[in-house]
Amino acid sequence: MSALSVESLYKVFGKGAHQAVDDLKAGVPREELPNRVTAAVIDHNWEIATGETFVVMGLSGSGKSTLIRMLNGLIEPTAGSIWIDGVDLRSLSKKGVRELRRDKVSMVFQHFALLPHRNVLENVAFGLEIRKLPGDERMDRAREAVEMVGLGDEQDKLPAQLSGGMRQRVGLARALAADTEFLLMDEAFSALDPLIRQEMQDQLLELQAKLAKTIVFITHDLNEAMKIGDRIAICDGVVKQLGTAEEILKHPADDYVADFIADVDRSRVLTAEAVMEPVGSDTETRGLETVESGVTVNDLYGTVVASDQPLLVVNEWNEPLGVVTPRAIIKSLAPETASDAQEPQRA
Amino acid sequence: MIQYLRDWFWTYVWNPLPDMPLGEWVDEGVRWLRSEWTALFDGTEAFLGSMNDGLLEALLWMPSGVMIVLFAAIAFLARGWKLALVIGGGMFIAGWSPYWEETMETLAMVVVAASLATLLAIPIGIIASEFRAASTVVRPILDFMQTLPAFVYLLPVVMFYGIGPVPGMIATIVFSMPPGVRLTELGLRQVDHEVVEAGQAFGASPTRILARIKLPLALPTIVAGLNQVIMLALSMVVIAGMVGGGGLGGVIVSSLGRVDIAMGVNAGISVVFLAVFLDRIMHGLADRTPVARAAAITK
Repeated sequence: MSALSVESLYKVFGKGAHQAVDDLKAGVPREELPNRVTAAVIDHNWEIATGETFVVMGLSGSGKSTLIRMLNGLIEPTAGSIWIDGVDLRSLSKKGVRELRRDKVSMVFQHFALLPHRNVLENVAFGLEIRKLPGDERMDRAREAVEMVGLGDEQDKLPAQLSGGMRQRVGLARALAADTEFLLMDEAFSALDPLIRQEMQDQLLELQAKLAKTIVFITHDLNEAMKIGDRIAICDGVVKQLGTAEEILKHPADDYVADFIADVDRSRVLTAEAVMEPVGSDTETRGLETVESGVTVNDLYGTVVASDQPLLVVNEWNEPLGVVTPRAIIKSLAPETASDAQEPQRA
Repeated sequence: MIQYLRDWFWTYVWNPLPDMPLGEWVDEGVRWLRSEWTALFDGTEAFLGSMNDGLLEALLWMPSGVMIVLFAAIAFLARGWKLALVIGGGMFIAGWSPYWEETMETLAMVVVAASLATLLAIPIGIIASEFRAASTVVRPILDFMQTLPAFVYLLPVVMFYGIGPVPGMIATIVFSMPPGVRLTELGLRQVDHEVVEAGQAFGASPTRILARIKLPLALPTIVAGLNQVIMLALSMVVIAGMVGGGGLGGVIVSSLGRVDIAMGVNAGISVVFLAVFLDRIMHGLADRTPVARAAAITK
């Protein structure tokens, strides 16, 4: 069973929202809706498995912030349903929704949303305070979460005394301390400097490897999406394409997606397995240098340049899967268009 | 002919209605209330009167010399030794003048009236910030209360309560409340939306969000509002001297009547030092709110 799923989910703002949803369902394009309504989320249908990191990627105004706020009931959908852990979110009472947020879904915010007059530890303990945990246990768990994000030495400082990256670590620790199965991250790293952002991405991946939460991550940065996400949904009101980073890079669904991925650093996304060519029956694989299938192209450059032979891609049991040649790497880095590119004419 | 036309125009076009008896209607309404709701008026009078008397008794219990040191000590706690010096000196002048007792009377009235105004203003401000509808109802009433000349408040309260310190205090409560309501509402509305959202996202109930997030973050603004409440209360308490409110207001009113400059200056200086004292104390309180402290640490 999927951990979180949405079915024909719509959110339209403005007067006449329900009529607009009916129009959209009848096939009226978004641009032809009356001006008084704004369709933010149109016909979302997807599900996420437990422990998956699902990234929703889109430009501003693509409805991604609206979407994530519907997942914990901060915004009421116009139509459709949301299932969290087998519970229909829309069937819950106000109190039921509050309990769900308290026990199952926590959130990390773009601008951190910390209480300025509380120190790091007290901020992290906020979710536990709401849960009415006794003081000692609350502080112990908060301390644990603070250690987890590497802020053990800063726990008595106020948010204003921390850098942006550290503040977001506090935000992350606050969500982790609540120890919920689901983690919603709303542009969590977008307000950070590029270097800090990468650090935070690495930390999230590291934590996720340990904790295996079910994460919905919102971003407008496709590089970030591809680095973090197990699967990515590219949104512009509707879901334009949903798939793994590799699927999206190799087979963009339409020109909109193709435009997006033009800027992606493909070498950091594509793995040896994705770019390898099959081992021909006549190819001599013995004596070839081997690489693991999960290594990204970016990390292959050195090895490829150093060797004048193809590299042998192997799986974790050291079985050969294919070979990587310089030609295959260069080919993989050229952006693909929605339609098949024409073969160049031979001179 | 032209004269006739002008008169006709003036009488029937420019000024077609006879004088409206609005004032008379209000007068009748006030009299009716006074006779029907006697218990309410007597009750509030007894309540306010006893609070004021009790506080005044406490303020006058010790000799002025001890009180001056006490005021200076409070100022020291609020802002440090510089203010303590100013307040000690100021209160010494007030004690030295013949109007120490009146100064304490005024202080007691301000403290009682401003506290009650605060007790009313903060809940109204909270309700107005939580519900749009309440805000739209409250706002024009506040505008009305603030634009009405201070003297006008004295008329109905004198009708209800006669002459003395209590009508003065009631007029003061009404007159000084608006900034308290306004700044409470403003402060609560200005709380960072994302922080409120964080409270919601972690499952906090609306009352918890109010108590743990909104009120602490809005506190500096609310205290600034209370400071204005106190300043308005002080000005109104002086005006209330006109209806027998006593205190420094009474002294100033009679000095006006007699054109007694010395008397007016003595009482006026005491009012100024009271104002400085109360204002600085409130600033000190505002700086001691958790949010203001946090902001100060990082500067």
